[in-house]
Amino acid sequence: MKLELRGVTKRFGTFTANDAIDLTVEPGEIHALLGENGAGKSTLMNTIYGLYQPDEGQILLDGRPVSFHGPGDAVAAGIGMVHQHFMLVPVFTVTESVMLGYEPTKRAGLIDFQTARRRVQEISARFGFDVDPDAYIEDLPVGAQQRVEIIKALSRDAEVLILDEPTAVLTPQETDELISIMRQLKESGTSIVFITHKLREVRAIADTITVIRRGKVVGQATPESTETELASMMVGREVSLTSEKTPAEPGEDALQVENLTVLDAAGKVMLDDVSLSVRHGEILAVAGVDGNGQTELAEAILGTREPAAGRITLDGEDWSDLSVKQRLNSGLGFVPEDRSTDGVVAGFSITENFVLDMYDQPPYSNGTAMKPAVMRAAAEEQTSRFDVRLGTVDDPISTLSGGNQQKVVLARELSRDLKLLVASQPTRGLDVGSIEFVHRTIIEERDKGTGCMIISTELDEVLNLADRIAVMYRGRIVGIVEAGTSRDVLGLMMAGVPAAEAEVQAAQHHTVLGEADEAAEGESDLA
Amino acid sequence: MSIDTTAVQAEQQPEGEARLQPIRWKFPITYAVLALLALGVFAAFSPAGTQTQFRLATAADFFTIPLVNVPAAPTAWVLGIALAALAGLAIHFAVRRRRLGVWHPILFGVLFVLAFLVWAGAGRDAVIPLVTVLTGTLALSVPLIFGAMCGLVGERSGIINIAIEGQLLAGAFLAAVAASFFTSAYVGLLAAPFAGAAVGALLVLFSVKYHVNQIIVGVVLNVLVIGVTSFLYSTVLTQNAELWNARQQLPRLPIPGLSQIPIIGPVLFNQTILVYLMYALVILLQIFVFKSRWGLRMRSVGEHPKAADTVGVNVNRTRAVNTIFAGCIAGLGGAFFTVGQGLAFGAEMSAGQGFIALAAMILGRWNPVGALCAALLFGFSTSIGNVLSTIGTPVPSEMLLMLPYIITIFAVAGFVGRVRPPAAEGVPYIK
Repeated sequence: MKLELRGVTKRFGTFTANDAIDLTVEPGEIHALLGENGAGKSTLMNTIYGLYQPDEGQILLDGRPVSFHGPGDAVAAGIGMVHQHFMLVPVFTVTESVMLGYEPTKRAGLIDFQTARRRVQEISARFGFDVDPDAYIEDLPVGAQQRVEIIKALSRDAEVLILDEPTAVLTPQETDELISIMRQLKESGTSIVFITHKLREVRAIADTITVIRRGKVVGQATPESTETELASMMVGREVSLTSEKTPAEPGEDALQVENLTVLDAAGKVMLDDVSLSVRHGEILAVAGVDGNGQTELAEAILGTREPAAGRITLDGEDWSDLSVKQRLNSGLGFVPEDRSTDGVVAGFSITENFVLDMYDQPPYSNGTAMKPAVMRAAAEEQTSRFDVRLGTVDDPISTLSGGNQQKVVLARELSRDLKLLVASQPTRGLDVGSIEFVHRTIIEERDKGTGCMIISTELDEVLNLADRIAVMYRGRIVGIVEAGTSRDVLGLMMAGVPAAEAEVQAAQHHTVLGEADEAAEGESDLA
Repeated sequence: MSIDTTAVQAEQQPEGEARLQPIRWKFPITYAVLALLALGVFAAFSPAGTQTQFRLATAADFFTIPLVNVPAAPTAWVLGIALAALAGLAIHFAVRRRRLGVWHPILFGVLFVLAFLVWAGAGRDAVIPLVTVLTGTLALSVPLIFGAMCGLVGERSGIINIAIEGQLLAGAFLAAVAASFFTSAYVGLLAAPFAGAAVGALLVLFSVKYHVNQIIVGVVLNVLVIGVTSFLYSTVLTQNAELWNARQQLPRLPIPGLSQIPIIGPVLFNQTILVYLMYALVILLQIFVFKSRWGLRMRSVGEHPKAADTVGVNVNRTRAVNTIFAGCIAGLGGAFFTVGQGLAFGAEMSAGQGFIALAAMILGRWNPVGALCAALLFGFSTSIGNVLSTIGTPVPSEMLLMLPYIITIFAVAGFVGRVRPPAAEGVPYIK
């Protein structure tokens, strides 16, 4: 089926999220929609899927104009969508999730579970998915959940399939599997719209590339374009994709984590006997798919989560009995993974957010009274150093964009004298310009001799920043490897394969993205 | 092509997990304390040489079970020792981090209650009428069960309903007035669901349309219903009680055969149509919540409304319809206070039962049969309190009447283990 957009415009209040977008997706084509976070890609797709109604413009299917009043209409017309955050009910089984909204029923509205299960098995078998129809969604790994989403779309005879940031949660190997699924769907005539901000994937997968910036289509490209060309189209200026950094000069161990075990409230093991160390003047990156214990590790170091066993020391000093405040005061800088809930207080001003963990320390206070003038001056100085785009420091922090909020968090943490910086997902949801800046800042902090621990699910970020890489899987450290380790090996380790075996397996089978890495290295060598 | 399943490697080793699980002492300690209570009070203080009499029969049975006489002290000791053994078993399993089956708490509960009754009835001339206790249990549970089913349907679709109390009261009021005006209890029964639905519709209006905090709306609705019914009661109903508030009772409809089975016959099968409706409701809900299209969509809206929306389920309409339907259920339950028991309407006659119903729903983990069992438990402890206060016991009956509320506090505080409410309950769905 051919999908065509003509002049689609979507406004939220005064903000124009999509501005007169034209787009044509041919039948059996993999069409990539490339753009930064906040460029308006998801809004556009939600408009196609009937979740939003366009303010202007037309959507045409096979040349006929259509209008959708809800996702139900779009699905009936043959559009399927796999959302970035999966639309699956965790306590449902695979069968229940797939049939929801389209239940085969017997008398009295009772569900015909046999038919529903058979439908899941048929599609699952046709594409070689290994999905148990009776498994509960919450027990499945994210890769399998994504396949359930694809089954869901296919079970409704989707002819246009929209994939919103489908690789964000996958290892390179799982991404490989997804790519082959996409190619197979393409063979069978399904059109695929593939939304991403990752340049490497676009070149590996897409037939056609449309680049979107600030709600507008800024151009078309082919997979033959270089990454630098795509990046400058996406951002609108020249960008460097990798951060320049000198080799680390590591000193003594700063942070030592020994045999750390953390249980959740229900007694499930979240961190299982984890030991690692971060030296002064180096960046240890903790890689892994989301939800494999990284959050618990960060929280245990900060002290908001009580370990069941194990020891945490900084410069040899035992931290077990220290409160969060004592830990922060003894030289820990902490950037939480979700800045909007844990990093800033949305209703507070930028100044107040800037002193959130120092309000009672000199020079901002003299014991009982705070010194607003000093705070304000420091906030102004630091925010300008970190290039935060703001009106005044008295505005609520919620008026800033995500990238600028993150810079305030970093400015706050880095304006103290640190021995250790723990940053979780420091660039999640940021635009390329801000990512560049954040990475440079972290490397500067490392060069001052601070031990840095960067927890990231983005392999690009890990490869860019790390001096050493620890890979986590199901609450354990699978291995700690040197910076030069290839994407393929790290991907296998992220799925639980030990380092040595991962080396062997990776040598036998290159992933598409791993090959793209090597090609990119070749290009830069030539240049 | 093939899909590699790399993700299943490096499974977590189960023995590591078992080693680290903290021992769960909560239940073993509770059992041990109760067993000590049975031995130290019920057994030790049962007067030697006295007997306790239980009556298990009614006049209409196929055959009559004679009065059961048991020697008080020896029986109490035997039961106490059995309880201690069960407590010991619980401790043994807890230390090994293993779980006991569901039979254990049930057996423990039954034995504990028996030990208590043997002690309470020892050396008195009165007979403990077990059938009366059980009939009372069911009677006291009926409004609780209807209320719990109402709460369950609402919360499964994502709307917290604190207004069950008000819905019961409104149902009781309208049932009494309609029955009296038309001089037919059945008309009252037909009218009652409309009262509950009206309260449910107000809850929907404020919580779904205007996104008001559902707890606050619920509390306000309770106050509203109490106010309106009390006002009408003290003005209209008392001025012309003959016309507006005359007593009407639903007739008992004994099921031939079944109602003559000893013990359970008179308890379960000699009831009004309202109680039979309750049986049907619980069974149907148990099936339809989990096995029907209606149930699947209701649960999806209560767990992950956005997911439901993306497959074309209208979230707010589903919530509205289900909450109003749930109101009908509670209204019907309210009818039990008036036409179900043949009583006239009295101000605030629901007396907090709606809140207990909410607790029964939580204790039953949002599951119809679970909520039924929890409601029966509450009904039983009230019933036994009532019966013992008439025959006179060593403990003040007020203490026994406190029991449901104590159980409620523990239930709501999560004592029964990790309870998992529908994930999206109480959160308005705004696109």
